[in-house]
Amino acid sequence: MPANGVPTKITQGSGTKGGIGESTLRPDGTLKVTGEFAYSSDMWHEDMLWGQILRSTVAHAEIVSIDTAEALALPGVYAVMTYDDLPTEVKHYGLEIQDTPVLAHGKVRHHGEPVAIVAADHPETARRAAAKIKVEYRELPVITDEKSALGPDAVLVHEHRDDHHIGHVDHPNIVHRQPIVRGDAAAAAARADVIVKGEYTFGMQDQAFLGPESGLAVPEEDGGVHLYIATQWLHSDLRQIAPVLGLPERKVRMTLSGVGGAFGGREDLSMQIHACLLALRTGKPVKIVYNRFESFFGHVHRHPAKLYYEHGATRDGKLTHVRCRIVLDGGAYASASPAVVGNASSLSIGPYVVDDVDIEAIALYTNNPPCGAMRGFGAVQACFAYEAQMDKLAKELGLDPVEFRQRNAMEQGTIMPTGQPVDSPAPVAELLRRVKAMPLPPERQWESSEGADVRQLPGGLSNTTHGEGVVRGIGYAVGIKNVGFSEGFDDYSTARVRMEVIAGEPVATVHTAMAEVGQGGVTVHAQIARSELGVAQVTIHPADTQVGSAGSTSASRQTYVTGGAVKNACELVRERVLDIGRRKFGSYHPAWATAELLLEGGKVVTDGGEVLADLVDVLEDEAVELEEEWRHRPTEAFDLRTGQGNGHVQYSFAAHRAVVEVDTELGLVKVIELACAQDVGKALNPLSVVGQIQGGTTQGLGVAVMEEIIVDPKTAKVRNPSFTDYLIPTILDTPTIPVDVLELADEHAPYGLRGIGEAPTLSSTPAVLAAIRNATGLELNRTPVRPEHLTGTA
Amino acid sequence: MRVNFTVNGRPQEADDVWEGESLLYVLRERLGLPGSKNACEQGECGSCTVRLDGVPVCSCLVAAGQAEGRDVVTVEGLADHARQRSRGGSEGVPLDAAKGWAAKGGTDSQAGEGIELAPIQQAFIDAGAVQCGFCTPGLLVASDELLEHNPNPSDADIREALSGNLCRCTGYEKIMDAVRLAAARQSEGV
Repeated sequence: MPANGVPTKITQGSGTKGGIGESTLRPDGTLKVTGEFAYSSDMWHEDMLWGQILRSTVAHAEIVSIDTAEALALPGVYAVMTYDDLPTEVKHYGLEIQDTPVLAHGKVRHHGEPVAIVAADHPETARRAAAKIKVEYRELPVITDEKSALGPDAVLVHEHRDDHHIGHVDHPNIVHRQPIVRGDAAAAAARADVIVKGEYTFGMQDQAFLGPESGLAVPEEDGGVHLYIATQWLHSDLRQIAPVLGLPERKVRMTLSGVGGAFGGREDLSMQIHACLLALRTGKPVKIVYNRFESFFGHVHRHPAKLYYEHGATRDGKLTHVRCRIVLDGGAYASASPAVVGNASSLSIGPYVVDDVDIEAIALYTNNPPCGAMRGFGAVQACFAYEAQMDKLAKELGLDPVEFRQRNAMEQGTIMPTGQPVDSPAPVAELLRRVKAMPLPPERQWESSEGADVRQLPGGLSNTTHGEGVVRGIGYAVGIKNVGFSEGFDDYSTARVRMEVIAGEPVATVHTAMAEVGQGGVTVHAQIARSELGVAQVTIHPADTQVGSAGSTSASRQTYVTGGAVKNACELVRERVLDIGRRKFGSYHPAWATAELLLEGGKVVTDGGEVLADLVDVLEDEAVELEEEWRHRPTEAFDLRTGQGNGHVQYSFAAHRAVVEVDTELGLVKVIELACAQDVGKALNPLSVVGQIQGGTTQGLGVAVMEEIIVDPKTAKVRNPSFTDYLIPTILDTPTIPVDVLELADEHAPYGLRGIGEAPTLSSTPAVLAAIRNATGLELNRTPVRPEHLTGTA
Repeated sequence: MRVNFTVNGRPQEADDVWEGESLLYVLRERLGLPGSKNACEQGECGSCTVRLDGVPVCSCLVAAGQAEGRDVVTVEGLADHARQRSRGGSEGVPLDAAKGWAAKGGTDSQAGEGIELAPIQQAFIDAGAVQCGFCTPGLLVASDELLEHNPNPSDADIREALSGNLCRCTGYEKIMDAVRLAAARQSEGV
């Protein structure tokens, strides 16, 4: 296998149309605009049944009894299953820690936990049957925050932990703890001229992907099952599903169906095992589709957090030290909490040079909804807090907030708090310069020849102001996100590439298990194949488990890692094709042996541009196919005591400038513009890159001013599980988002690219908060900001 | 119960419809038209938007029985709908011109080469307004309806008209671009 990250020869592929660097259009675009693209909720099968999950109505309780008799008696009901009906001894699953019951056993630990499942011939019949299951609960006290979790008499959320983190946490209600100590923060604090402290609160955000959790499980003749599913990682699902069903992995076939967004919310299993259990029990295909209400209970959310920060600086505006403590609420089950803790701690000081740090991040077990992966993954919460701190410090020092950040900005060669050197471009100061240099939107932009256009004002069509009481503010923020799976994880991907002549044309087929969730990985894979193999026609094979794992569509990693795997496989195919050419035609032209050979425009050419052969003639009826795994540079675990270690693969940077207008009387905010500058290394598809940046920016806007799952602190019950009460930005809430894309190659990555999906989600939120603070003069230590926080009526 | 109505110009009959079923459910599960989407099923997201006697509605909030005898256009019928509108010669584009919008440059197997699209559908592809695509059908129906009655919308008009359609992927910028592009092509008669 070639060494990882060998820089691409620029010559190969540059002459092929539709290759990397072009804004080619999505291969699935036509199907998606005609309504023919088959999402997981669109699956249909003759004679299929509908599955329904019964969920707990309380957050923490012992289950005294479950009576399914009435539900089973309902006409049209084919099966009702509880914990007692599970077929094997494996009754739990989980991404890292297998602590999540397939169906509740003896106890429920959060509101909405699955207790029983039903299959019936109509979804309404299934719902009514589930409602007839009688569950008697004996309620237990709820753990809802750090105080109740870690108190001396605290009830344990999990009584018998045996996972690999229990040995290094102070309390069984802590999932994982990661300290990072570097330099001498106490000594450095003594040198500080200014010290600022802050306590920050980050609300619980939901991924709110639009395509609900859904899928179709079809029993197969060999006793196995075929699952058509929307997920972020087929092979991770498979590893968790098969043992619960008591089937070998080869008997659980998985095909990716259309995925309606993910953003981290499909890393954990939702209805996968339940659908398979019901299909195997009834011998019929079973479809499960959550509605929006259930979706809020059916996946993990972004960890809400409390963040305690102390920053110091000298009078000339250089950071001396950072001390921080980040408390993430992991909810009832571990999900991705340990990795989120690793990110939150290792990225906790942001893209700045600080030699003396004392950092601690923990995730708690509570009875709140389970939290796990969401776009930005632990780095988001920290960025909100450290950027607020940077503004506070700048104010104390009388410095411009952008200039203060630039004075402390990291660059290539900076050592992270973990001791890891940043060994590729880190243009933090430049991104800030660029975002600041963009032209500002005009003052009083709501004014038109016909008076005020209320649609451009805070309050919008509610017509609450025509400009009275409206104040403008501007804010800046910058962030750092890791790319790829970290801390020593074997983060590989696999690609199978085939090249052959079909209907007189050379065609490449790319087969991976990558979950296309909307990000456009399929577009990029076709571009890579065109560039590397010099063909016009590329077929993207549907993703399934008939090929090796692609890893997760998470952590901004798929263009890097599966893109890298496709590139690598194409390079190997290219070598074999050239070998065939040499065998067939080598004696006709000396260049076959002596020149650098390229595949371009369906031909074998020399690097001097001389055509040696048509690929059609080289291949004839021969097909070249191979499947190869590909890995990026390995990473290391963080030391559990000091946090030292080369834990990350690559870093990604974005900066934002937010312009807001605030109706200070009513506490209403209108974001006028949210400009972003981001380094992407190499834009493989510039149109998709900008789309990712704008989408990520908007999710950051959402958690700045509207998005929060409200959990009742007394009962740990979710109060707003609907799009009526959990608001995500509409097109009226979302401003123009000008994007400035910088391309500084990372020599370690394929084509020099940088993973891009998450970085814009980080700095968007603190930029909006900074702008609101700038407009109102308020301190605002929590997000999202609601009207009552601005009017003093909270 | 039995429900009779017209979908995308064809008479349809759905049998054994339970009274509580929505128009969305009947379209998706009984008539084999899953293009209208089920993102919230509570009238908040607009992914299920269809035209009911010409008016854009959330089909999840319409009881199937209410569609009796009425005319429904879904995303699956949008290209035909646009074509008929242009034949009608009102303010649309001529048929020959409309053919110029057929999917182009589709060299990949899934690009659907040769499928004739409505102008707004092509504009969504060209502008990069489609990511996961789950909001796309509803946005297409709503945008097409906007351009039908307002061929030259301002940005504020577009935002107002599409404010009932949630998108979680794009940040709406490319959706704005797509509607502007379709309007521009329409006014140029491309």
